[in-house]
Amino acid sequence: MAVLVVAEHSNGALGSATLNTVAAAQKIGGEISVQVAGQNVGGVAEAAARIAGVAKVLVADNAAYAHQLPENVAPLIASIARDFGHVLAPATTNGKNFLPRVAALLDVDQISEITEVVSADTFKRPIYAGNAIATVQSSAAVKVITVRGTGFDAVAAEGGSAAVEAVSGPADAGKSAFVGEELAKSDRPELTAARIVVSGGRGMGNGDNFSILYSLADKLGAAVGASRAAVDAGFVPNDMQVGQTGKIVAPQLYVAVGISGAIQHLAGMKDSKVIVAINKDEEAPIFQVADYGLVADLFEAVPELERTI
Amino acid sequence: MKVLVAVKRVVDYNVKVRVKADHFGVDLANVKMSMNPFCEIAVEEAVRLKEKGVVTEIVAVSVGPTAAQEQLRTAMALGADRAVLVESNDELNSLAVAKALKAIVDKEQPQLVILGKQAIDSDNNQTGQMLAALTGYAQGTFASKVEVAGDKVNVTREIDGGLQTVALNLPAIVTTDLRLNEPRYASLPNIMKAKKKPLETVTPEALGISTASTVKTLKVEAPAARSAGIKVKSVAELVEKLKNEAKVI
Repeated sequence: MAVLVVAEHSNGALGSATLNTVAAAQKIGGEISVQVAGQNVGGVAEAAARIAGVAKVLVADNAAYAHQLPENVAPLIASIARDFGHVLAPATTNGKNFLPRVAALLDVDQISEITEVVSADTFKRPIYAGNAIATVQSSAAVKVITVRGTGFDAVAAEGGSAAVEAVSGPADAGKSAFVGEELAKSDRPELTAARIVVSGGRGMGNGDNFSILYSLADKLGAAVGASRAAVDAGFVPNDMQVGQTGKIVAPQLYVAVGISGAIQHLAGMKDSKVIVAINKDEEAPIFQVADYGLVADLFEAVPELERTI
Repeated sequence: MKVLVAVKRVVDYNVKVRVKADHFGVDLANVKMSMNPFCEIAVEEAVRLKEKGVVTEIVAVSVGPTAAQEQLRTAMALGADRAVLVESNDELNSLAVAKALKAIVDKEQPQLVILGKQAIDSDNNQTGQMLAALTGYAQGTFASKVEVAGDKVNVTREIDGGLQTVALNLPAIVTTDLRLNEPRYASLPNIMKAKKKPLETVTPEALGISTASTVKTLKVEAPAARSAGIKVKSVAELVEKLKNEAKVI
């Protein structure tokens, strides 16, 4: 059966989560098509066509699909999905927004945030904040699935030469409108794709103190994350939040600084290859998952770490 | 206008759940249950809209076991006017819950339906979006700000990389994110008063909906445990280990 992957993209660039989703599609098997919906997405479609392993790119370029409002994009995807056995989207905020709407339009259940493909109809996914792993089987005619990016190694962004085909779908439903966007600016690597992540928690004390983490991160080429406590205290913007309700990361190295290690935070980072914890409380639960723990005052240890590396 | 708020009874977020030995789920016997934290935020938002005079009536709805009446009483203690329980002792998937909620929406005709963005047990993040699809209403998911203006509602949403604002025609579906508000606690007098508020119980059969699912759970396992780490004594030792033992920097 053929697999449809809905591409993640913003500001004219293909999102890297698409590559992990194509990797999951390859594990399912069958011909892979990528759907690109938006306005002025010619460049995104070309980038999607170059992804290794993609056979076809279906482009719906229309003002109605700008900003991928789910009221307009979901009926489009649902109309195309009927020809496929599987519809996959990355478990980004976009994918999570429109895909359940697609599933309901198709009258099938959705399987959220799979981390493993067992077979074409059986998948593994974390539940209870990652404290249990469920194996689920779908008998739906069209299997609608979101894919947790950190569960699958990205396929090569280059090397493919898929055919690009224009498709059309329903017009603007007229139920919703885009008003505006406020994006946090960052020169550092994207949190979910970074090889190294340095995160701060409540122990940082205030937002200004995050400068020592930024400085360490720049030396390591790392992204900077935060716990929910740091976000709720207003130290940093919420798109930096790592956890069950924020971003899920699985870098090679995760450095948790001044983070106690609540269940909700661990759900977002415990699949990291190596975890380092720096905390002055030696009873902090973070030390139970850390490969290397350092009981120390972070305001002394972090600058020293930066100097020593 | 009338607001419908959906609430779910889930295992309390502080409980560290354990997988059952037979791999048929997690052990929920004698475990503390509560209202899903995102649903608390949904109730709070509805109550604040009522306090601002935008909303005249709040109906709390739950789809779940008989014991979910406790969570509906909590919602009423927090400010909901009445409650409806769609009673089912089966574990229902999001689509079945969305269908049950659609039946209640058809009956109650609310202008706004507020749900949490996800339940902390199944971690699905689907029901609000599915309800929006079934009703044909617009959806404002992961809301961190909700402003009703005339026949529209402006919803600021938390997206990857920042915030996005959309204007939705009413009636609309909103799902709450953590930063939308800080839920209040129910006071003892309000808990007593909530016991007298009306709570209606219906069954999925009476609503004429099917709760059949296309997904079944084969097995539930504990996640792979991380091997125990070590505590280092100094920054120098940490760097040495990261370079030579873990080889990650």
